Amino acid sequence: MSEDNVIEVEHLTKKFGNFTAVDDISFEVHRGEIFGFLGANGAGKTTAMKMLTGLSFPTSGKGRVAGYDIWTQSELIKKNIGYMSQKFSLYSDLTVKDNIEIFGGIYGMERHAVRRRAVELMDRLGFIAEKNEKVRDLPQGWKQKLAFLVAIIHNPGIVFLDEPTGGVDPAARRQFWELIYDVVDSGITAFVTTHYMDEAEYCNRISMMVDGRMDALDSPSALKRKFGASSVAEVFDILARGAKRSE
Amino acid sequence: MKGFFAFVRKEFLHIFRDRRTLLVLIGLPTMLIVLFGFAISTEIRNVNIGICAPERDITVTRLADKIDRSSYFTFKGWFGSDEDIDHAMRKGEIDAALMFSDGFSSSLAGPDGAEISIVTDAVNPNNASMEVMYLTNIIYGYFREDMQESAEGASIVPNLRMLYNPQLKSSYNFVPGIMGLILLLVCALMTSVSIVKEKETGTMEVLLVSPVKPIGIVFAKMIPYFVISCMVLVITLLLTIFVLKVPIEGSFFWMILVSMLYIILSLGIGLLVSSLVKTQIIATLIIGMVFLVPVMMMSGMLYPIESMPYVFQIIAQIIPAKWYIEAIRKIMIEGVPFVFVLKEVGVLLAMTVVIFTAAVKKFNDRIE
Repeated sequence: MSEDNVIEVEHLTKKFGNFTAVDDISFEVHRGEIFGFLGANGAGKTTAMKMLTGLSFPTSGKGRVAGYDIWTQSELIKKNIGYMSQKFSLYSDLTVKDNIEIFGGIYGMERHAVRRRAVELMDRLGFIAEKNEKVRDLPQGWKQKLAFLVAIIHNPGIVFLDEPTGGVDPAARRQFWELIYDVVDSGITAFVTTHYMDEAEYCNRISMMVDGRMDALDSPSALKRKFGASSVAEVFDILARGAKRSE
Repeated sequence: MKGFFAFVRKEFLHIFRDRRTLLVLIGLPTMLIVLFGFAISTEIRNVNIGICAPERDITVTRLADKIDRSSYFTFKGWFGSDEDIDHAMRKGEIDAALMFSDGFSSSLAGPDGAEISIVTDAVNPNNASMEVMYLTNIIYGYFREDMQESAEGASIVPNLRMLYNPQLKSSYNFVPGIMGLILLLVCALMTSVSIVKEKETGTMEVLLVSPVKPIGIVFAKMIPYFVISCMVLVITLLLTIFVLKVPIEGSFFWMILVSMLYIILSLGIGLLVSSLVKTQIIATLIIGMVFLVPVMMMSGMLYPIESMPYVFQIIAQIIPAKWYIEAIRKIMIEGVPFVFVLKEVGVLLAMTVVIFTAAVKKFNDRIE
């Protein structure tokens, strides 16, 4: 695996019976980039993510995530990645501070290291005053930021963001992307799935999955040139037209 | 391992932050003990009784006196005939009546003996049969003790003894049942709801991607509920001993140990249910309908299993609480040594193994 790649995947395939959810995909994600992972519902994004995050094994193919083999080292992969789900999964009955400490603890961090990191991160997001508030009392945009912060508490090499901006207003979405840039600047690679095509424009490179295959992978500007389109949304429409699977 | 403990801490936080639920968990045993111990009682008290006797001689009046003195009956007066008794019973003045035969005292020593009829209002069959039993007891006692000298040639008088619960207190019967009920409620309901909640809110997804092993996640959930269940167990026992005044005849040690086994079994049921369902409401319903109702109805807590139809008796055998309640009754009330409950403990142990195997397998299947 090259030093510059945090994910390298070759001929990754996942079959459920006769159904091929992920069909022979190969790609790599460079260190320090924002990698957009696009595709319609049912295109195989979630299945591919599960294999990359160590939740399930591929049927065939090989891959390395954060330097570890997806076949043999899924436990080590789990330790070295961050994951934020589309539901901003936090414990709403607990406080901001509790949530941060719990996830720090789950990732095996020492108590004082968690505290230090928590203060650092809360300061960055301006959460210090709210640290003892219950998460359920926070506005949606704040929950989203907190979920992101919790996902990178252990300073992972790569963070997977599964539709991180669902259900928040455009202003909060923009702020969130500023946060992603900020975090990527500090050396964490971001792997983002999204439904919003305008967000795809913010990525360094994007891939598009159609029917389990990865039909395109390049920077947004290069893709637009290649397909003669004016926006990423148009590129997506051109590719998705050939899709056979529906939701 | 560090991740595991962070997780256990989190579970305790959930419980302590949610004061109301905690209060319910602790308050529940208190409420049930008070309810079953005092309010809901199958004992009879203050039953109004009337007596119809053609001759009111010393034998009859002394018996009436004796009945009146017992706390179970209140003597309401003398009645002249069957019709009067019937009338009084319909008006609700009396619940039971004693009817002496003509020439009762004189025929006592006669070859055919004397006759007393016991009449009860059997609208509530349980009460009626209890009243008959209590009255029979008093009458037998009276003739045995008070009439000994004149009892030559009298018919055989059975000597009745109520073993283990001589005062016939219903709390003796209820306490093991309440324990079986509460522990199942706390363990199975709380664990399953708390696991399913993580699925609902999506936190399970994040946890599965974390380095904590899936099976570690659920075991971490069981630890706090195990601790709380043990607290509930202690509270229930303290209330039983000091408030209901039910003595613990057998070994305290074995009773706690058997209870812990039952707690673990109940946690397993919670885990199994949580691996089968997706929402908290369904988990609650399943625990309530599939596990709690049978415990109330068919574990022998309220109604004896032996008097159920055969099919129900068979179903009762697969209810864990039935075996637990039986074991606890034996140890707590009868005070038998541990070897006498080996069968019950064996069954509980086997059930625990089966349920945990199924739950863990199901849980792992779900993750894939």
